[in-house]
Amino acid sequence: MSSITSVLRRRPREADSRPGGLGPTPVSYTVLIILGLFAFLPVLVLLFNSLKSSYEIGINPLGLPSELDWSNFADAWRQGNMARGFVNTTILVAGTIVGTWICAGSAAYALARLDLPFKRGIETYLFVVISLPVQMFIVPLFFLWVQLHLINTLFGLIIIYVATSTPFSVLLLRTFLVGIPRELDEAARLDGANEFQVATRVILPLSWPGFLTVGLVSGLGAYSELLFAVTFLIDPTLFPVATSFLQFSSGFTQLYNLVNAAGVIIVLPLIALFLVMQRRFIAGLATGGTKG
Amino acid sequence: MTTLLAASAGGQAALDGPSPARTGRLRRRSRLIAILFVLPALVINLLVIAGPTVVSIGASFTKWNGITAPQFIGLDNWVKLAGDPSFLNAIGHNFVYLIIFLTVPMAMGLVGAFMLSRVRRGAALFRVLYFIPYLLVSVINAQIWRNLLDPEFGIASLLRGVGIHWLDDVYFFADEKFALYSVAFVDNWHFWGFLLVLFLAAMQGIDPSLYEAARIDGASAWHEFRYIVLPGILPTITFALTIIAIGSLLTYDYPFILTGGGPAGATDVGSLLVNRTAFIARQAGYASTIALALSLLSAVFLVLFSFLRRREEN
Repeated sequence: MSSITSVLRRRPREADSRPGGLGPTPVSYTVLIILGLFAFLPVLVLLFNSLKSSYEIGINPLGLPSELDWSNFADAWRQGNMARGFVNTTILVAGTIVGTWICAGSAAYALARLDLPFKRGIETYLFVVISLPVQMFIVPLFFLWVQLHLINTLFGLIIIYVATSTPFSVLLLRTFLVGIPRELDEAARLDGANEFQVATRVILPLSWPGFLTVGLVSGLGAYSELLFAVTFLIDPTLFPVATSFLQFSSGFTQLYNLVNAAGVIIVLPLIALFLVMQRRFIAGLATGGTKG
Repeated sequence: MTTLLAASAGGQAALDGPSPARTGRLRRRSRLIAILFVLPALVINLLVIAGPTVVSIGASFTKWNGITAPQFIGLDNWVKLAGDPSFLNAIGHNFVYLIIFLTVPMAMGLVGAFMLSRVRRGAALFRVLYFIPYLLVSVINAQIWRNLLDPEFGIASLLRGVGIHWLDDVYFFADEKFALYSVAFVDNWHFWGFLLVLFLAAMQGIDPSLYEAARIDGASAWHEFRYIVLPGILPTITFALTIIAIGSLLTYDYPFILTGGGPAGATDVGSLLVNRTAFIARQAGYASTIALALSLLSAVFLVLFSFLRRREEN
C-alpha cells in the first residue's frame, strides 16, 4: 500500500527523466497497445453493457450499444438500494480518513519532532505490524467485537480500518514531517506557541501533501475493503456500496444491464478521483512549501 | 492543559537559565507530551492488532468456540493441522497462486514498464489505462470477468459468431479443472498494472547517464534491460516479490467472490478456510492455528526476501 503513494509522488519527475525515442518503438507500441486493450477493453464492456436494454444484452452481449439506455442507472440506483449503500460508504470512508489523520498524524509528529522515548523500537514495531497478516488477528478480534457490542456497527468497522491503515501512514507522514526545517517550529515556540499550536498552525499546513496521500490511500482502502466488511457486518442495511453490490449481483444475475450500471456507478467516483488527484499531486509538489 | 504548563515552564526556564533539576523536569514533561501524541495510535493498535494477535497465538493451543473459556490442549491443533486434508488442499492452492503470481504479472509488469519507459507519445495515457483495473473494486472486477467468461454471453459468444466453438461449454468458474486458474487470472488482471507502475517509477529513478553510456557503446534494447534496468530496479523487484508472496498466501477477495472456494474445494484457499472454521464451524482455536501457520509461512518469505535485499545492499 505504501508503495502506491511513493509511485504517485514520484510521478512529476518523469517529465525530465528519459531521453527516450531510441530503439524499436514500433515493437514497443505494439506491446503497449495490446496490454492497454487487455487492461481497458473489459472496463469498456462494463460501460457498454450498462447502457443497453436487457433485451439487447441478450443478442449483443459485448459490442457497442445500439442506443443509450440511461434509465439503467436510475433503476440500478433504486433496486440496488445504492443511496443507502453510499451513505454507509461515505460514513466509513470519512471516519477512516479522519481517524487515520488524527492517530497517524499525531504519532508521526511525535516520532519526527518530539522527544519521544524508544523511537527506534516504535519504528521497528510499525514495520512488523505492517507486514502482519489480517488472519493473524481477525479471529479473536471478531469475538472481542462481539463482547464490546461493536460487531455489526459502522463505528466498529471504522476502528478496524483506522487501526490497519495507521502503521504505514505513520511511517509515510514521518518522512514528510522530518523534512520540515526545525527553525520554523522553534521560531513559533519563541513567539509563545504551545505544542498543539505548533503542530496545527505551523507543521500541518506545510505537510498537507502527505496528509492528502494518506487520506487518499486509507479512503480508497475503506471504499473497496471486503473481508472485514462481509465478516463484521450482518445487517444488509449497514453494508457499504461495494458489499451490497455483491448481494445485488448474485441476486439479479439475469439483469446484467442493471448489475453493470450499478458497477459503473460504484467505479466512477474512483476513476474521477484518480484523474483529478494525479494533477493535484503534481501541483501540490510543485507549489508545496519548503520541500522543493 | 499540560501543553500550556509545558510552554510556561519553558518560558520560566529560559528566564532563569538552565539548572539541572529544572531541565530534568522539563525533559520529563516534554516526553510526557510526546507520549500523549502517540497514545491514540497506540491504544487503537493494541485493541485491534497487537492484543488479538497475542490472543490468537495463545488460542492456537486451545479448544475454543470464541465465547466460553478456552481449554488448553497443547499441540493437538497442530497435530490435527498436519494431517488435515482440507488445510493441505487450501494451502496447495495458495502455492499454485504464488507460482502464477511470481511469474505472469512480474513478466507483464517488467516488460510493459520497460517498453513504456522507452516511448514518449501517449505514455501518460497508457499508464492511466494500466492502472485503472488496480483502482477498481474487486466485486466489480469479478463481475466484469464473470460476464466475459460466461459461455452464453461472454467471449464464447463472440467466437461462436465467427464459427469457433472452443469455448461453447467451458464453465471457467464452475469446472474443477479451470476454476483456480480462472480466479487467479482475474486477480492478475486486477494486479499487474500496479506492478507496471511500480517498476516504471523505479526505472525513472535510474541515472540517465548510464543509458547514454550504454548507447554510445551501441548496446541493444535487451542489453539495456539486462545490464542497466534490471540491476537498477532490483530493490523494487524484491519488494514486489515480497508483496506477491504475502498476498498469494493470504489472498481472500477473488476466491470468495467468484467461487466461494468451490467447486468441491477446487479454489479453496487458507484465508477462506480460516473464516469458515472460525465463524461458521465456531472452532476459533483451530482457526487460530490455521491462521498462525499461514502467517508463519508468509513470515518465512518475508525473512527470505529481506535477507536477499540486505545482500544486494552490501
